[in-house]
Amino acid sequence: MNAVLKVEPKTITEPQVLLQVRNLTKLYGQVTGCLDVSFDMRAGEVLGIVGESGSGKTTLLNCISGKLAPTSGTIAFNARRHGLKDIYALSEPDRRRMQREDWGFVHQNPRDGLRMRVSGGANVAEPLMNLGQRHYGNMRQSTIAWLSRVELDLKRIDDKPRNFSGGMQQRIQIARNLIHNPRLVFMDEPTGGLDVSVQARLLDLLRELVRDLGLAAIIVTHDMAVARLMADRLLVMKGGNVVETGLTDQVLDDPQHPYTQLLVSSVLQI
Amino acid sequence: MNEISEIKIDNKPPQERYYTYAYLDEQTKRMIRRAILKALSIPGYQVPFGSREMPLPYGWGTGGIQLTAAIIGPNDVYKCIDQGADDTTNAVSIRRFFATVADVATTEDTAKATIIQSRHRIPERPLQSGQIMVLQVPQPEPLRSLEPRETETRAMHAYEEYGLQYVSLYENISAYGRIAATAGYPVMIDERYLMSPSPIPKFDNPKLDMSPAILLFGAGREKRIYAVPPYTKVRSLDFEDYPFETQTWDEVCALCGSDTSYLDEVVLDDQGNHMFVCSDSHFCAERRENGHLGPLAGHSLAQKSDDSNANRVLQEGIAK
Repeated sequence: MNAVLKVEPKTITEPQVLLQVRNLTKLYGQVTGCLDVSFDMRAGEVLGIVGESGSGKTTLLNCISGKLAPTSGTIAFNARRHGLKDIYALSEPDRRRMQREDWGFVHQNPRDGLRMRVSGGANVAEPLMNLGQRHYGNMRQSTIAWLSRVELDLKRIDDKPRNFSGGMQQRIQIARNLIHNPRLVFMDEPTGGLDVSVQARLLDLLRELVRDLGLAAIIVTHDMAVARLMADRLLVMKGGNVVETGLTDQVLDDPQHPYTQLLVSSVLQI
Repeated sequence: MNEISEIKIDNKPPQERYYTYAYLDEQTKRMIRRAILKALSIPGYQVPFGSREMPLPYGWGTGGIQLTAAIIGPNDVYKCIDQGADDTTNAVSIRRFFATVADVATTEDTAKATIIQSRHRIPERPLQSGQIMVLQVPQPEPLRSLEPRETETRAMHAYEEYGLQYVSLYENISAYGRIAATAGYPVMIDERYLMSPSPIPKFDNPKLDMSPAILLFGAGREKRIYAVPPYTKVRSLDFEDYPFETQTWDEVCALCGSDTSYLDEVVLDDQGNHMFVCSDSHFCAERRENGHLGPLAGHSLAQKSDDSNANRVLQEGIAK
């Protein structure tokens, strides 16, 4: 609570490196989660991680988002309070505070990311309370502003999440993860489990918000269309390894690695 | 009513059953005392302890009874209240229990008691230095209804992450337009630990602040003890634009006319008649003895509830 806001001198020119992953490896005993992954991310960039089920996408996301300590390697994040620092070198309370202040995490299943026993409005306002806001009227206003931004019916602000449809629950989750003005948002299959028309509208909304706010985002998906629509850059994973990386259009239009070629060619055409 | 009554059911001299004095064996009492000392050293922190089986079900005050058993001595004067009243079933049973197993004097007089065990209330009469208030707690974790994981709530206490508790207040305001929570209203102890004062009404929350008495909280089923040492700052949570408020009543006590005490509504018949009376029965009786009269003074319910009186009330009811 009384830590001083310290910003270390920046050596890198704009835009700053926001996230720096080096030689990240996670082993589950003999089983490989992900192997020797390295990449940089800058502010405002949207990174897509694609690959089949079991390719290590979620392991990688969990390691980067501080949920799962890696076996080896470092993940440095440029936090508002700490500057560019290895997140696992921070003390646990510092890391938790950084997660609250600088990050958002949109789960595939809204039930994992929302508190199902409290109303949609309170779910959206919770990050503000976690950051120390104690004025009901102000929080209510921000909540209403965000709910209208994600195109949710304001009359239903005090309904419980279980009374909302899947698409609406996902909208509440998105509002909840953006209201505190994070610098980096993790999204694990944000449109999985939704029907295509809802998916399209949600993707449209997400793309708009990410661009408007200048957010950096990491999106894990197995849906090439989502990757094409949202991501600036792609990381293609197979068996825990990153087999190909590059600009989205480049990777999808001219895939080099055999697996990426297979992945791109197996997208269903209507 | 105000006299200290000495009930001695077991006629054996105290030293002969000293080993299990006050029901629990010496090792258990030592373990509980250690937990109490730790709880007093870290105000508001929930100390785990090895809760024992007691001769009554969980939820009837097993935590409070174990606390009392660990701290009581032959020179103590013991008072037990349930819903503020000294003469309710549970209060009478627990009071008789300690009169039997600990050879202590019992009383209904708040001022004369050294140990006061309670479930729902803190007496109206201000507690004094040297008194110990023992509260029976069903759920010690204030964050539990919002966060079911114990590992997570422990981390939240350790790192002082209490934003989540405000979500329940936010919910209250968005649903009722005010903070409608009445009992178990969360408090901050010494600006460090979040604590549930458990089932006391929020009317009693201000009595916790800078209390000269020791406040002990015991949860038997959940196996936790926590405490507020004397003269500790206790703040009820609120929002800047919705400050903490206690309950108020438009009525006064029908029997003693008090307009400052916590009132219970009592239904009198099927015709919708009702009255409000002090929930603290000893406070009310003392006021009546001192000549304070409420609008329904002299009502049959104001009589001391011994058996003959209960029969008389019953007879009157039948006659009507």
